[in-house]
Amino acid sequence: MLKYILKRIFLVFFVVIGVTIVTFSTMHFAPGDPAEIIAVARYGDDLTQEQIDWVRVTEGFDSPVYIQYLKWIEHVSRLDLGRSLVTSHDIFEEITIRLPATFKLAVSSLVISLCIAIPAGIISAVRKNTIIDHLCMSAALLGVSIPNFWLGLMLIWLFALTLHLFPSYGYGGCEHLVLPAITLGTSMAAVTTRLTRSSMLDVLNQEYIVTAKAKGLDEKTILLRHALKNAMLPVITFAGLQLGFLLGGAVIVETIFAWPGIGKLLVDSIYARDFAMVQGCVLFIAVLFAFTNLIVDITYAFLDPRIRYE
Amino acid sequence: MNKLNGKRNILKEAGNNRMAAIGGAIVILLVLIAILASLLSPHDPFEQKLENRLLNPCFEYPFGTDDLGRCIFSRLIFGTRYSLAIGVTVVGITALVGTTLGIVSGYSRGIIDEILMRIVDIVLAFPGIILALVIAGILGPSFLNVVIALSLTHWPAYTRLVRGITLSLREKEFIEGAKALRASNIYIMRRHILPNCINPIIVLATLDIAHAIIFATGLSFLGLGIQPPTPEWGSMLKAGIPYFRISPHLTFFPGTAIMVTVMAFNFLGDGLRDMIDPKINEIILVSE
Amino acid sequence: MSLLKIQNLKVYFTARGKTVKANNGIDLEIRENEILGLIGETGCGKSILGRAIVGLLSDNVEIGGEIVYKSENILDLSENELRKIRGKDIGIILQNPSAALNPVLSVGNQISEIYRYHENMGKKEARIRTAEMLEMVGIDPKRMHEYPHQFSGGMKQRVMIAMGLALNPGLLIADEPTKGLDPTTKDKIVDLICELVINRNMSLLLITHDLGVAEKMCDRVAVMYAGEIIEIATIENILSNPQHPYTQDLLNSRPKKGLNPTAGESPSLSSPPAGCKFHPRCRCVIGECPKTHPQMIETEKGTSVRCFLYRDN
Repeated sequence: MLKYILKRIFLVFFVVIGVTIVTFSTMHFAPGDPAEIIAVARYGDDLTQEQIDWVRVTEGFDSPVYIQYLKWIEHVSRLDLGRSLVTSHDIFEEITIRLPATFKLAVSSLVISLCIAIPAGIISAVRKNTIIDHLCMSAALLGVSIPNFWLGLMLIWLFALTLHLFPSYGYGGCEHLVLPAITLGTSMAAVTTRLTRSSMLDVLNQEYIVTAKAKGLDEKTILLRHALKNAMLPVITFAGLQLGFLLGGAVIVETIFAWPGIGKLLVDSIYARDFAMVQGCVLFIAVLFAFTNLIVDITYAFLDPRIRYE
Repeated sequence: MNKLNGKRNILKEAGNNRMAAIGGAIVILLVLIAILASLLSPHDPFEQKLENRLLNPCFEYPFGTDDLGRCIFSRLIFGTRYSLAIGVTVVGITALVGTTLGIVSGYSRGIIDEILMRIVDIVLAFPGIILALVIAGILGPSFLNVVIALSLTHWPAYTRLVRGITLSLREKEFIEGAKALRASNIYIMRRHILPNCINPIIVLATLDIAHAIIFATGLSFLGLGIQPPTPEWGSMLKAGIPYFRISPHLTFFPGTAIMVTVMAFNFLGDGLRDMIDPKINEIILVSE
Repeated sequence: MSLLKIQNLKVYFTARGKTVKANNGIDLEIRENEILGLIGETGCGKSILGRAIVGLLSDNVEIGGEIVYKSENILDLSENELRKIRGKDIGIILQNPSAALNPVLSVGNQISEIYRYHENMGKKEARIRTAEMLEMVGIDPKRMHEYPHQFSGGMKQRVMIAMGLALNPGLLIADEPTKGLDPTTKDKIVDLICELVINRNMSLLLITHDLGVAEKMCDRVAVMYAGEIIEIATIENILSNPQHPYTQDLLNSRPKKGLNPTAGESPSLSSPPAGCKFHPRCRCVIGECPKTHPQMIETEKGTSVRCFLYRDN
């Protein structure tokens, strides 16, 4: 198993390097002279060429690209992501301030969607081709087809503007969390339901399920003891990718609900053309995603004896 | 192993699968709407009649009018063109590029494969819409830039899928046979490997059109895609938000249009997948 | 004394509008303390028969006839009653242990759950019994915490045997227990099963396509072809005086007889040939074979055959 884990860690390391190159390039390819943008942020619109050149030299924009990259990497490795071009705030600090909001949203969406999806997927598989299966699968198809930005608006319209049950936007207590979490969790619940069902169906067709029946075990024991653990393995692998869905979806959901998380920070920074902040956010999200996937992979190794005892 | 001789015509079989048939029928309908938009729409989608602004659905304006007095129904009809065009263009480009890279990667293996797969890993390390969002944000909002942003982020799914199939085919007897006959590598890839990838690619592409439409309308919704006054569904949704409280139909109808279109492609893709091989489900899911 | 009596058993599957007659009128008796071999080509319905006895077939089958075990027709039992019989009265060793063992449960767990479920044993006691079982099939009880993928093919088969015998059933069904094993391991497994079955006064239904294995283990042999039993006799009679042309072919196809396989392909169970199902491949076809379906004829005591050649005897 150690070999498996080391291999994963190596791959993550590689991906993180790649991610830094891609994010560095975004800043580099961004339109406009970065020195000028920073100079504007620093000295205001009334600029002299000397001021721009001064910024260019002090910030190192005059050196070759790879030197700039290495310098940047060195800063990044010290968790120094630079300063916002617009507000001059420290980017890493700004992101960590926003992190709890995104975390809260992502975790509640994850919990909601898993609580719906896993039972629904199992029931659909066990009662294959019954009404309840068709209902679950139709709902799941609807769930993957509904754009979350529209779902969010419709939920606001129904539950906030019409029924006045929840606030329509903003950050605060649990009541603020309900609508964004449902919006974000829906498509994930739908995908997970489908995955759980197909995985469960696959497992139920396996020979070891017949063996379990041949031992005289009852249906409940067979399902919970023999089928579920096997069926959950692909679902767990998928959980890492789900975090990706969540972080990606959070961008839109946070924007709709004015939820002060990283996603909203990213979109606002794009609007403000604050590419340093954009770079920081993207890097942070991608690295977070890569490490979550690593954790999921390692968890998987512990759950699957075929990898655990390799 | 029906797949291996590559002679199944899944488009013919699709007519017999209920899901695929329903999805396919809606897709054909949408294509017709897009082509015949100017015949079908009762009003000019750009014509502003300020005296008619924010009308509720009525006989004259079936889906009401927007804040500038334009006919929402007509705008939605024209919007079909943009969503379908983006979906088809993006999928066309990514399927072509992704498939080529996948075959090359799986067939050559070694260092080329290793490099390509690491690039795939890196692109997939940016979750969901984020990379597309940033690319679109940097390039600036336009139809072309949306296509570029989505194409740059969508190809890895095809590469992974096709590479997997190529790897499994590589050891098969008929490839060995073709090699023994001194067929060129290009010939083997084109005549022996590609035909076996076609059916799974069609499934993935169909589902991916749905995906691309959601992403593209999402970008427009954030103001980073196609801009007003173009009657694109996502930007229509965005334009409706200020009037959400008094005139929810401004957002209701464009959203429904997106959902129906996406659902049609999902239906078609699911149906096709069930017909070909339910197993590729997982590959597709995981590679997205 | 008969332990299990199967009468006119019919198992039909319907798939894509075609009916597959996997078992079509099986009559078979398993006596107490006997090892009965069920021999036939792949796809002749022998594994289906084994599974039908313990009610392990999927829901889309139609079953007719009778399977009487200890004066009860198994086919009339509810799922709950069946469950009590499975494992306890009738054990089954499914073929291909690699697929038949659950990859995520330890081997010990997979055996001890039988005790815990059927006998409501506590954890400790069940573990002790599991250790005994493992010991008996020749596995170090210390390995009970290991997982199936850590075992070799022969070892997995031993685990399957331990599972099948855990509750000392009166009848054990072993479906191809030697398939895929190398010759040495095969011999060991054959010896192990024989020893355990004989020591415990059990009956065994051995399903195999391997005549050599049947020769070593069985008292009697039933030969199956296209969903039917075509010959039943003692193993000695089958070997020395095979009656049905198919049985004769089968014997001639053994390596030591020079590997002469029967010409033609086994018939599809969804559209079998009319008359005698073997006639398209038979060397001794007479006028009636393609038209009339032959019945079982007792040619001598203990030997029955489904063939027109023996009608006059």
